[in-house]
Amino acid sequence: MLDDFFTRALLAGLGTAAVAGPLGCFIVWRRLAYFGDTLSHAALLGVALAFLFEINITLAVFAISATVSVALLMLQRHASLSSDALLGLLAHSSLALGLVVLSSMTWLRIDLMGFLFGDILAVSRLDVAVVWIGGLGVLGVLAIIWRPLFAGTVNSELAQAEGMNPERANLVFMLLMATVIAISMKIVGVLLITAMLIIPAAAARRFAAGPEQMAVIAALIGMVAVAGGLAASLEWDTQSGPSIVVAALALFLISLSPLAGWLMRARTGAEETETGGRA
Amino acid sequence: MLKPADPLVQLTGAGVKRAGRWLVRGVDLAVRPGEIVTMIGPNGSGKSTTAKMALGVLAADEGRAERRAGLRVGYVPQKLAIDWTLPLSVERLMSLTARVSATEAARALAATGVSHLARAEVRTLSGGEFQRAMLARAIARKPELLVLDEPVQGVDFTGEIALYDLIKRIRDEIGCGVLLISHDLHVVMAATDRVICFNGHVCCQGSPVAVTESDEYKRLFGVRAASSVAVYAHHHDHDHLADGRVRHADGTITDHCHPGDGHHHDHHHGHDQDDQDHHVGKPGPGEGAARQGDGLGRSGATDA
Repeated sequence: MLDDFFTRALLAGLGTAAVAGPLGCFIVWRRLAYFGDTLSHAALLGVALAFLFEINITLAVFAISATVSVALLMLQRHASLSSDALLGLLAHSSLALGLVVLSSMTWLRIDLMGFLFGDILAVSRLDVAVVWIGGLGVLGVLAIIWRPLFAGTVNSELAQAEGMNPERANLVFMLLMATVIAISMKIVGVLLITAMLIIPAAAARRFAAGPEQMAVIAALIGMVAVAGGLAASLEWDTQSGPSIVVAALALFLISLSPLAGWLMRARTGAEETETGGRA
Repeated sequence: MLKPADPLVQLTGAGVKRAGRWLVRGVDLAVRPGEIVTMIGPNGSGKSTTAKMALGVLAADEGRAERRAGLRVGYVPQKLAIDWTLPLSVERLMSLTARVSATEAARALAATGVSHLARAEVRTLSGGEFQRAMLARAIARKPELLVLDEPVQGVDFTGEIALYDLIKRIRDEIGCGVLLISHDLHVVMAATDRVICFNGHVCCQGSPVAVTESDEYKRLFGVRAASSVAVYAHHHDHDHLADGRVRHADGTITDHCHPGDGHHHDHHHGHDQDDQDHHVGKPGPGEGAARQGDGLGRSGATDA
């Protein structure tokens, strides 16, 4: 079954979406969209360094993303520099630096587009395994740090006052982000990773009654987007990474439409009758 | 770390410095089980900073901030900045920092009178509803120390009195120590055991004065309400200079102002029976006097 390139692409895409959804919820809740963008742009620098030092690309991307995220965490805590200017500076300078380093290696013949926009149809069995094992690891760790991370998202001082360690949870969350960027770069590319994190989460908002529910719905919406985008790219021969993002966008627009509102009302109505029956 | 016989939390000469400026310094404060301590003072006077030191959110840059080992804290911050993308119901809020059983949560919500809001989104609550939901969350944890940051902000006056009543009832029921921040210089809870007045440092501390005799309050809010409210008449006898030093009434200038440094002559507390309990910096003989001094307010509250 894994011999088929389309099946492999689908499996890798579904695995990525399942992880990106819950993580993306935190990105949206904490208003870290630009932060995610910065990390993913820095990933290209990781790719360049991987070629330069001939090391594993996924590993190099993880290392660079992790370094940048920890550096940002430190800078945010100490420097008074405006956060969005700092992020913009880091995002685009690391992207440019990565491009310069890559193009300076004239002996290298690589498909730059594949790194920028993903090359999901070219994923190997190993890639699929990395996505699923890495993804399960990320979800497991996220489940462990969920309560302190969520409490810190609502109010960091409250979490700390009541004996939690939100700073540690933040740090772990940043490392999870770096992991997701490293494993999903092949699927949608560095320029579109943030879209996979944010759009499903935003689309899930109107259907969710609680944070945990929203994380699950975001993962499901992301998976539908992957399946839809891949099918569309097969049908109309469009580039698969952007097609997945466009499919996610379509789902987001549907979530804003009256249809979604009607669905929500139908569900809350059902819940109310249910509670009414119990009472 | 403090031992069981010690206060729940104790600050000794504690201060916090940021960017070369002392936000607050020289704070002596202790909260014991079952005791309500109210911090009052204008904005930026260091009340919140002090509360954060007591909570351990901020580290003391000078002096000491100690808490009992394993102290269970319930904290009610002024507000939560919740993004609209975050679906958070009151029900889910209850188990924010620790798992709380459904019965515990329901009991806490009933105690603060917001059972009907269990499924409401936290973002949509009014000021008073929000404070009650946050109080419910804090007491569901069965805290030993309850810290409240301006719980009556954005609440109308009747709501304020009801909230103060509620806080007193919570203290009576679970026997926790309460550390309360109030932005209001004039009105504090009658059930308060000790009031600490801030202005970049601890100006003075002592018992609040009940206002049951104040005709103004009786007329405005009724006898019942007046028993919940006390005026702490605070006569400021010294000026705070821009550089943090203090100019006293007698014209001398010192780095801080301390009780009994010979510069204070005119701290007058309306109906205070025992003038000795002014400036009770450390727990000691003054403690008894402080409780005695607020007898009016307490008896008024027990009538209810």
